[in-house]
Amino acid sequence: MKLSVKQLQEKAAELRISSMKMIAGAGGGHLGGSFSAMDILTALYFNVMRIDPANPGWEGRDRFILSAGHKAAAYVPVLAERGYFSKDLLSTFNRLGSPFGMHPDKNKIPGCEASTGSLGHGLAVGLGMALALRMDGLDSKVYVLLGDGELHEGTNWEAAMGAAQYKTANLVAIVDYNKCSMDGPIDTVVSLEPLEAKWQSFGWETVRIDGNDMVQVLAALQDAAARSSSGSPVAIIADTVKGKGAGFAEGDYRWHYGCPSDEQLADSIKALGGN
Amino acid sequence: MAGLSMADIEKMSARDAFGLALAEIGAENDKVVLLGADAIGSTRAAGFAKRFPERTFNVGIAEQEMVSAAAGFAACGKIPVATAYGFLISLRACEQVRSDICYPNLNVKLMSTHTGLSMAEAGTTHHSTEDIAIMRSFANMTIVAPSDSLETVKAVKAVIDYPGPVYLRMGRGETESVYKEDYEFVIGKSVMLRDGSDAAIIACGIMVAEAVKAARTLEGEGISVRVINMHTIKPIDTEAILRAAEQTGALVTAEEHTVIGGLGEAVSGVVCEQHPVPVIKVGLDDCYGIIGPEEGVKEKLGLNAEAICRAVRRAVILKKK
Repeated sequence: MKLSVKQLQEKAAELRISSMKMIAGAGGGHLGGSFSAMDILTALYFNVMRIDPANPGWEGRDRFILSAGHKAAAYVPVLAERGYFSKDLLSTFNRLGSPFGMHPDKNKIPGCEASTGSLGHGLAVGLGMALALRMDGLDSKVYVLLGDGELHEGTNWEAAMGAAQYKTANLVAIVDYNKCSMDGPIDTVVSLEPLEAKWQSFGWETVRIDGNDMVQVLAALQDAAARSSSGSPVAIIADTVKGKGAGFAEGDYRWHYGCPSDEQLADSIKALGGN
Repeated sequence: MAGLSMADIEKMSARDAFGLALAEIGAENDKVVLLGADAIGSTRAAGFAKRFPERTFNVGIAEQEMVSAAAGFAACGKIPVATAYGFLISLRACEQVRSDICYPNLNVKLMSTHTGLSMAEAGTTHHSTEDIAIMRSFANMTIVAPSDSLETVKAVKAVIDYPGPVYLRMGRGETESVYKEDYEFVIGKSVMLRDGSDAAIIACGIMVAEAVKAARTLEGEGISVRVINMHTIKPIDTEAILRAAEQTGALVTAEEHTVIGGLGEAVSGVVCEQHPVPVIKVGLDDCYGIIGPEEGVKEKLGLNAEAICRAVRRAVILKKK
């Protein structure tokens, strides 16, 4: 059942609460990049992707790769909420014996398609998947969520060229452009601009959206989902705010990784409509 | 091999034998896909590419992308064969091999050519003399280094059927024939080519032929030497190593690779823990390869039958001490 935009917004708020509690319980996590991407992940998993959490290996499913693996603090609560595993497990995040922690392991997390963490791998892995699925006559899509700082890695651009050459329109890149990398605002580290023109010059179509506006997120993802399996691949450049939804962290690159205080946690939960 | 005799295969280079075997496998198994990085011609995978263009993906000079994409293919049930020169797979795409393939234990076949010093004249950038060490260190990885073109054909077929990540190591030029007759090739099970009681040479790749020559020379000196073709370096044939250690008391290893982290250290690791005997390692002595014609380079660096003979004599003396 598809959710309405309002329901998706509420779901994303709930998931941010769940994520922040998980991060606080673990003593720290990649809060900034997880929160900037939460609206995209929510829309993908609750309205856009063709998946069956009861049957994670279903051949005809869409694939999702969290190339920016450190956003697991958003990804893991989304998978739990979508029913891949019990939400009770979230409290084990980063603990000994847990199926998950800072970066996802495909062999331990039901529904996870690729083990990621080191940046610049996911798009090329997704390209291989897109080619394999198309070869089998499946119309499944492969969605790859990239961080903005991740695009410093040259391997992304190798894969971007390959996808254009092989016309994998079933491969969708989503850039969580929160304008911060670990050492600072990205323009003060190494700027990506002009980012849309870069993708376009590599043979991709681009769509630019406010990645924290559910209406725009949903529309862009639904358009991408409706594409055929052959043609130009599309990159959704999603302008986002690092730490979106956690007032104390919004726009602050230093919240790449951190642990909210009890007060910050309580204030944020309240602001997100929780209790 | 359709229409080819053993004698025909014997005359081929390992990479040509690889190309023929791969094309044949392509006809038998439609899950096999080929990935190349602008070297499909020189790795000799072109036969497959010509027959199965819809299953061939040339990503250009982008080995990291190739290896990651291979992981994606494997995750969707294909058997991707990723081809490139050994140094490019093991060094350039090292992290992709480790994190995208070995960590998730995906069914990717890395088939590398031009390994060791088989492109000696191309210079050190093109030498693959650390690849075994790198690949050995990755959990879930299997490493196969066939000794000649006949064994290459058998190895390629076995590797395709073997589950999980495999690194297949092949040279560039013609190989000296080790096998004159047919035999059974099993991944993980070494082949004793000659028996002997004074020492055993455990070799892989093209050094197997050198080991056989060395054993013949040493026989003339009254030293009886066993020769073991350790075509699978990981998982290594522990039983054969221990049997050789117990029955001969002196081991020599030979590999076209640095002595650090390669076959020699794998063998040493086994005997150190379970049956200590002297192990002399023939290989690059913590140095890089040099430029020149292959034969001259190998002689200079101590990678031939003569060097193996010297090592065996030392090993035999050491065990008597």
